[in-house]
Amino acid sequence: MSPRQTLDARHLLCPLPLIRVQDRVQTMLAGTLLEVSCTDPGTLHDIPTWCRLYGHRLLHTYRNDPLLVFTIEVSGAHAAPTDAPAPG
Amino acid sequence: MTKRRKAVALISGGLDSMLAARVILDQGCHVEGLNFFTGFCVEGHTHAIRQREHKPIKRNNALWVAGELGIKLNFVDVVEEYKHVLIHPKHGYGANLNPCLDCKSFMVRKGYEWMRANEFDFLITGEVIGQRPMSQRRGTMPVIARESGAGDRLVRPLCAKHLAPTLPEREGWIDRDKLYAFNGRSRKPQIALAAKYDFKDYAQPAGGCCFLTDKQYSAKLRDLWRTRHSRDYALDDIMLLKVGRHLRPRPHFKLIIAREQGESNFLEGYRYQFTHLRTISHPGPLALVDGEVDTDDLRLAARLLARFSKGRLANTVHVQIAGHNQASWTMEVAPLTPSAIPGHWYL
Repeated sequence: MSPRQTLDARHLLCPLPLIRVQDRVQTMLAGTLLEVSCTDPGTLHDIPTWCRLYGHRLLHTYRNDPLLVFTIEVSGAHAAPTDAPAPG
Repeated sequence: MTKRRKAVALISGGLDSMLAARVILDQGCHVEGLNFFTGFCVEGHTHAIRQREHKPIKRNNALWVAGELGIKLNFVDVVEEYKHVLIHPKHGYGANLNPCLDCKSFMVRKGYEWMRANEFDFLITGEVIGQRPMSQRRGTMPVIARESGAGDRLVRPLCAKHLAPTLPEREGWIDRDKLYAFNGRSRKPQIALAAKYDFKDYAQPAGGCCFLTDKQYSAKLRDLWRTRHSRDYALDDIMLLKVGRHLRPRPHFKLIIAREQGESNFLEGYRYQFTHLRTISHPGPLALVDGEVDTDDLRLAARLLARFSKGRLANTVHVQIAGHNQASWTMEVAPLTPSAIPGHWYL
């Protein structure tokens, strides 16, 4: 099973959830999973678009208003180099 | 084989930067976008907060542009760095607290730094000569190029033919003949070019993208600086200025009263940082108290809040008050009458 990280972006408003996701993904290795929790409904549009542009796979979207949880599989296009230290 | 050149485009989410990026994409260059978050952007936060603005579909317009163009978009958080631009603008402010020329130079400089760090070849913006009274004039174009450090690696594809050829044009990385000569405040050329590219549903162009151009927002920011005796600010400070009615009934405190449910939900996120009030005998908004208050102040705040509740015409309204430590108590108050709320309380 791929290693999974979580990111709490609840109560952040656009574009801060995207900025947090972008910054986190840049520290992650290709193939790892990021589970992001959001409450801004705009992320329903933005996170899938962002994943598409960078080639990350959006594996799952869980919705229980106002909570949104996105599970992203990080691609190699945007991720940290494989010799980068994994974040703690 | 000719090297494919790489351009970074400043993408605001409006039509002009979208067109500029597309023009350069059409010349076979690799293009990526940059979008800066200053904390003062109108879109995004405000749309996300207010429920009545949930239609049409909520989206980040810069990201939508990138999606339409099929380019990557890099978000850059410049909240901290932007403070210096706002507080000490070399070229001064516009009609309100908008430091447009300094802002443009700052963003082009950040873009140029990103360009160099990521080994891109040049930088593009959607600027058009004469489009904006402060930052997009013939005389300011070279100022931005010079002060940002970008120099002749800065290309403005929409008005390039009014300007001297840039390095990418001189070197043949891009074809000057395929750039444009837009000029002035008319939007017709942009709209025609958008139609040529079959762009639809783009964000409405020109102005209104920054809260600092807004008279009321600027008044609230000036009030914040004046009452704190400092021009510094945190992201939460400038966020809260976007939300609710702000009333300052006494010099030492103000109330932030939500205008609708979406704003109440947003202000809920600040209830651990502020003394807050809500009406419990009648439906009503949440209010935050910004400042140090005593019991008399809280009674005034409660009466003011009651005025904005469904109990505004009732003899009395019960208002729950919770302090920083979340200990709460209830006051029974008579709502203020409209005539008891002077206009100058509204910020």
